[in-house]
Amino acid sequence: MALLEMANITKTFGGLKAISDVTFSLEKGRIVSIIGPNGAGKTTFFNTLTGIYRPDTGTIKFNGKSLVGLRTDQIAACGIARTFQNIRLFADMTVIENIMVGMHVHLKQSPLQTLLRLPGFNREEKEAEVKALRLMQYVGLNNVENELAKNLPYGAQRRLEIARALAADPQLLLLDEPAAGMNPQETEDIIKLFRDIRDNMGITILLIEHDMRVVMNISEDICVMDYGEKIAQGSPAEIRNNTKVIEAYLGRGAVAGQHEEKLQ
Amino acid sequence: MAATSFKEVFDKLNQGVVGYVVILLHVVAGSYLVYSQPRSNLAFLVFISSLLSLYFFRADNRFKILVGMLLALVIIPVIGVRNIFYLEVIFQISVFAALSLGLNIVVGFTGLLNLGYVAFYAVGAYLWAFFGSQQFYVLNYAPGTQPPDLPFLLPGDAFYLFLLVAVIIAAITGILLGLPVMRLKGDYLAIVTLGFGEVIRVLANNLDKPINLTNGPQGITPIQRPTMPEWVVDLFNSLFSGVIGHDVKLADMYNVMFYFFALLVIIAIIFVTKRLDDSKIGRAWTAVREDEIAAVAQGIPIVRMKLLAFAVGASFAGLMGVLLAASRTFISPESFNFMQSIGVLSMVILGGIGSIPGVILGAAVLTILNLQVLQGFSLYLNDLRQSDAVIPVINFAWKDLSTQLDPAKYQKLLFGLILIIMMIFRPEGLIPAKRRKRDVSVDETK
Ligand SMILES: Nc1ncnc2c1ncn2[C@@H]1O[C@H](COP(=O)(O)OP(=O)(O)OP(=O)(O)O)[C@@H](O)[C@H]1O
Ligand SMILES: [Mg+2]
Repeated sequence: MALLEMANITKTFGGLKAISDVTFSLEKGRIVSIIGPNGAGKTTFFNTLTGIYRPDTGTIKFNGKSLVGLRTDQIAACGIARTFQNIRLFADMTVIENIMVGMHVHLKQSPLQTLLRLPGFNREEKEAEVKALRLMQYVGLNNVENELAKNLPYGAQRRLEIARALAADPQLLLLDEPAAGMNPQETEDIIKLFRDIRDNMGITILLIEHDMRVVMNISEDICVMDYGEKIAQGSPAEIRNNTKVIEAYLGRGAVAGQHEEKLQ
Repeated sequence: MAATSFKEVFDKLNQGVVGYVVILLHVVAGSYLVYSQPRSNLAFLVFISSLLSLYFFRADNRFKILVGMLLALVIIPVIGVRNIFYLEVIFQISVFAALSLGLNIVVGFTGLLNLGYVAFYAVGAYLWAFFGSQQFYVLNYAPGTQPPDLPFLLPGDAFYLFLLVAVIIAAITGILLGLPVMRLKGDYLAIVTLGFGEVIRVLANNLDKPINLTNGPQGITPIQRPTMPEWVVDLFNSLFSGVIGHDVKLADMYNVMFYFFALLVIIAIIFVTKRLDDSKIGRAWTAVREDEIAAVAQGIPIVRMKLLAFAVGASFAGLMGVLLAASRTFISPESFNFMQSIGVLSMVILGGIGSIPGVILGAAVLTILNLQVLQGFSLYLNDLRQSDAVIPVINFAWKDLSTQLDPAKYQKLLFGLILIIMMIFRPEGLIPAKRRKRDVSVDETK
C-alpha cells in the first residue's frame, strides 16, 4: 500500500479549476517532485492535501486513512508536515521556540502539570529543548537558539522552517519551493540535507521546485502539472524528454534542442 | 538613540550595591513621606513608585522578596489605614492589573482584539451580587417595591466558594461568547466583541422584568461581605495600632481585608499567567497570534486554543468581579460600560502588549492618573475657583473658569492621547514583552 493515495482530486475557485481530476500516489521512502509553470496549481495541491482547502471531489488516503474532511491540525497530527512557499515562521518567537511549536502534538503536558510544574512537565520541556537544539544543528543553524526568527537571514529562515517541520516527527514532508532564492552553494547544501532526511530519518519527501538543478538531481520521480492537470509523471530522464512537458514550459511548437538547455 | 543610551547608562549604574541602596532609600523615603503627610498625592507617588525601583534595580532575589513582603504585608496596610483613600487606590490598581492580565492573554498572547472584555467582569460581579444579596427573594418585585427585612439567600462566607464558582462560570461565558466569533479576525472580531460587551450591560440594565434578576439600572445592594473574625481585628490592632496612632475600626479593617484578597488574587493570576505562557499552551497561543496558517499546519487546534485563551482571560475578570461586588457591597450596570473595556485595553497597550510586568505597570499608571492626578488637579482648580485669585498676565479670574474644563472630565481624551502617543513613539509599550532566553546544551556523548 502506498503511503499517500489521492484519486480524482478537483479544486475550483469560482470558475477557475486550480486542480482538475488529479490522481497521484506516493510510495513510502521516496523523494518525489512536483513541477509546473507558475499558476499550475502546485501550491493548491499542497493546500488541498493538508486540509487548508477541501477538495470538491476526490479521495485522499494517508496510510489507508481518509483525510478528506479532517481539519488541518488533525491532518498534521497524522504525520504530514510542511513548509511554505513564502516562508511562514513565527516571526516574534525565538528560533528554538519555533521548533518547539513544531513538537506541539507530541508534548503530553496537561494543564495541571503545567500549572503545578510537576516533574513530568519539567522533564518534557528539557527534552523538547534538547531535541530542538539537535534539530537546529542538524539543519545547520548554530548558536542562534535565542534569536528571534525574524532576525535570521533568508537562507537560515528556510532551514528553520524545515527544522520546525521535522520537529513533528512526520512521515511525509511537504516542501514548497525550498530552494527558492538560494545561491548555488546553499542549494547544494540543502539537496544534501534532503537526502539525509530521507536516508537517515526515513521521511518521505514531496517537494515543489522550480530550480531544475534541484529537481533533476534529487527526484526519483517527477509529477508535472499544468493548468491544474497532471500532464506527466516519471523519472527525471523520462520527464526531460516528454513532449507535453516541453510544450507546457516552452509553448507549443518549441524546438527540441532548446528545452534541453532549460531543463538541464 | 536616546532610549538605547539611557539604557546603557542605567545598566552601568545598576551594579553591585547600588541596587540595594536605591531600593532601600526609595522605600524608606517613600514610606516616611506618606506616613508623615498622609494627605499628599505627591508623597503617595514617591511611595508607590518604589515598586518600580524594586523591579528595575538589580539585587538578590531573596532581598527583593523580603522588601516586597515588608511593603505588602506591613507598610501598605499601615499607611492605608492612616489614609483609606490610598488603600482604595491600591485595591483598584490590583483589580485593573488582574483585568489587564486577563485581557493580555487574549489580546497580547493570542492576538485576538476583544473590546467587550468587561462583560466577564460583569458576569462575576453579578453572580455574587445575586447570590450574596437578597435579590433571590426580590425576583417577583419590581425594583424598589420589595418589602424590607428580606432574608439573605446565602451566608456572607459563601463568598469564598463563589470565587471558585465565578472562575468556572466566567470561563464558560468566555467560551460561549467566543464560539460564534471564532471565524472572525482583527477589526471584525473587535466590533462583534464590542457588541457582546454592550449586550451584557444592556441585559443587566433590563433584566428587572419579567423577573427581577438584576434590579435594573438601580443595581443590587446590599451585597454581603465575608465575615471578619473578631480576632483578626484584635491581632491587627495589637500589632499596628501603635504605629497607626489609633485603633482600627471594623469598616476600615474591611478595606485592609479586601486589599489582601486582591493581593492574593493578583499573585495567583500572575503565577497562572506566567506558567501557562511558558508551556506548550503559551507557545501555541503566540504561534496562533504570529501566523494562524503556520500554527494549524504544526497540528495546533486553533479554535480550541483561542477558546482556551478566551476562557482563561474571562476567568480572571470573573474572579475580580466577585471581589468588586463584595468590596463595594453595591453594583450597577454603569460599572461595566464600554469605557471600562477601553480603559483596560489602554492599560495593556500602554504597559506593553504581551508583557506581564508591562500590563501591571500600565494598570498602575492609568489608575493613579485617573484616581489621583486628574482628581487632584480638579480639586486644585476648584480651590482656585473658590478663591479670588486671577491668572496674572491675561488678568483672568479663576472664578470665571468654566466647570467644563474640569480635568476629571477629560479622562477619555487622556486615554485617547496616551494610545496615540504610544502608537507613534513606543508601540511596544513601557516594558516591552521579551521572549525567554533558554540555556540549552546538547550532550555530545549521546
Ligand atoms: N485562495 C484562492 N482563491 C482563488 N484563486 C486561487 C486561490 N489559491 C490559488 N488560486 C489560483 O489557483 C491557481 C493555482 O495557484 P497555485 O498557487 O496553486 O499555483 P502554483 O503552481 O503554486 O504557482 P507558483 O509556481 O507561482 O507558486 C492560480 O491561478 C491562482 O491564482
Ligand atoms: Mg506555489
